[in-house]
Amino acid sequence: MTAPSTGYQITRTIDARGSYCPGPLMELIRGIRESQVGDVLAVLSSDKGSKVDIPKWIEKAGHHLIALEARDGYDEIVVEKVR
Amino acid sequence: MQRVVVLGGGVGGTLVANLISRKLKKAIDAGEASVTVVDETGTHVYQPGFMYIAMGGERASNLQRPERSLLDERVELVVGRIAAIDDATKVVRLDDGRELGWDQLVLATGSRIVPESIPDFAQEAHHFYSAEAALKLRAALDAFTGGKVVIGIAGMPYKCPPAPLEVAFLIEAELRQRGLREKSEMHYCSPIGRAFTIESVSEMATPILEQKHIELHTFFNVETIDPERKTIGSLEGEELAYDLLILVPPHKGAQVVIDSGLAPGAGWLPTEKDTLNVKGHADIWALGDATDLPLSKAGSTAHFEAPVVAERVAAAVQGREAEGKESIYTGRVMCFFEIGDGKGTLLRFDYTHPPTPPKPNRVWHLGKIVFNKTYWHTVPRGRV
Repeated sequence: MTAPSTGYQITRTIDARGSYCPGPLMELIRGIRESQVGDVLAVLSSDKGSKVDIPKWIEKAGHHLIALEARDGYDEIVVEKVR
Repeated sequence: MQRVVVLGGGVGGTLVANLISRKLKKAIDAGEASVTVVDETGTHVYQPGFMYIAMGGERASNLQRPERSLLDERVELVVGRIAAIDDATKVVRLDDGRELGWDQLVLATGSRIVPESIPDFAQEAHHFYSAEAALKLRAALDAFTGGKVVIGIAGMPYKCPPAPLEVAFLIEAELRQRGLREKSEMHYCSPIGRAFTIESVSEMATPILEQKHIELHTFFNVETIDPERKTIGSLEGEELAYDLLILVPPHKGAQVVIDSGLAPGAGWLPTEKDTLNVKGHADIWALGDATDLPLSKAGSTAHFEAPVVAERVAAAVQGREAEGKESIYTGRVMCFFEIGDGKGTLLRFDYTHPPTPPKPNRVWHLGKIVFNKTYWHTVPRGRV
């Protein structure tokens, strides 16, 4: 579990709860494509695979994982678009 | 008079119209109900066959039949382009000015490819999502004498999820048979962290990719094509050179459902997963590629959804509750999966049961061939 950083402001929240793998990842990819460098996106996902797949994609794509937090029945993954 | 209007004459639209007309036979004969299919061309095309134009010597002329010949005699067919769906007045407007009122509306409007959303796609990339494109790919394969073959996916979701893997396996086998395998590299680019969306299928396919020396590139979301350098670039920042490029084009839902305010940007209709009711519209239903459900966009999905939509529409027309095992869609899908060298396997799954594909063998390959050949006499008429 990544400890939440402080001092970030979420630019856009993608609510992908109820969507199955790879839906949440694809929603995040769409969101990243539409965002500016420096934007912070939060993905809400109830799919158990997301907390593994999404951080792996963030690392591969060269963005910054700010936080991964377990909420009530879903995970919140916060990412900063770096490039 | 209760009017049922079905938009789209593909697998889902044709089958659902036939099943509804069967359930409403007496009411239709008594002039109390009608079932109408609206189709843009009046020609039913068996799209799963396109891959075999490129890979199996199939002819485009074998993959189409007049839509009228597949419909029950009680179903009316209107050929025309749908211009608008007006939910407020419950009217479908056609390009030529004709208007069709409905009491129950079924959207079987499918998906469409949008290769133009990636610059230089048409010039550089081959695909097999139309008869013409598949023929072009066949010609390119015939002219291929060795080099880098790159197969990738330029947008999700797309029609027939196993198809690009099948094409990779079939091309690998063909190159081997033609003595070109030693002179060729093969690369498979997956947008996600594994070879296939469903984990159990990925676990089956990954060792086959390894065994066939097809290099798997994960998290490779194709974003750009450089025609001069013959490279593709991914959103993740990687680059890959090609001599022969085969990409699944990006897909969208029908423009008319976007323009009519029924579906958001990409055009997938927000659909209740159990009832196939379009969310927020009690008298509108969706099936097949048109929905936003987390399932394969494939004729098989439409095939298993159609009985549910038929039961629910018939129940609404007859003023009763939907009943029986066909009143709820369980997410059932079944499709064949080619592995190459005359072998195949079978994917059978639903919302709660992932597929457990049997070991590839000749039976499932032959099963797919037989299914494709007999399709015209079975699926559209609800015989299987």
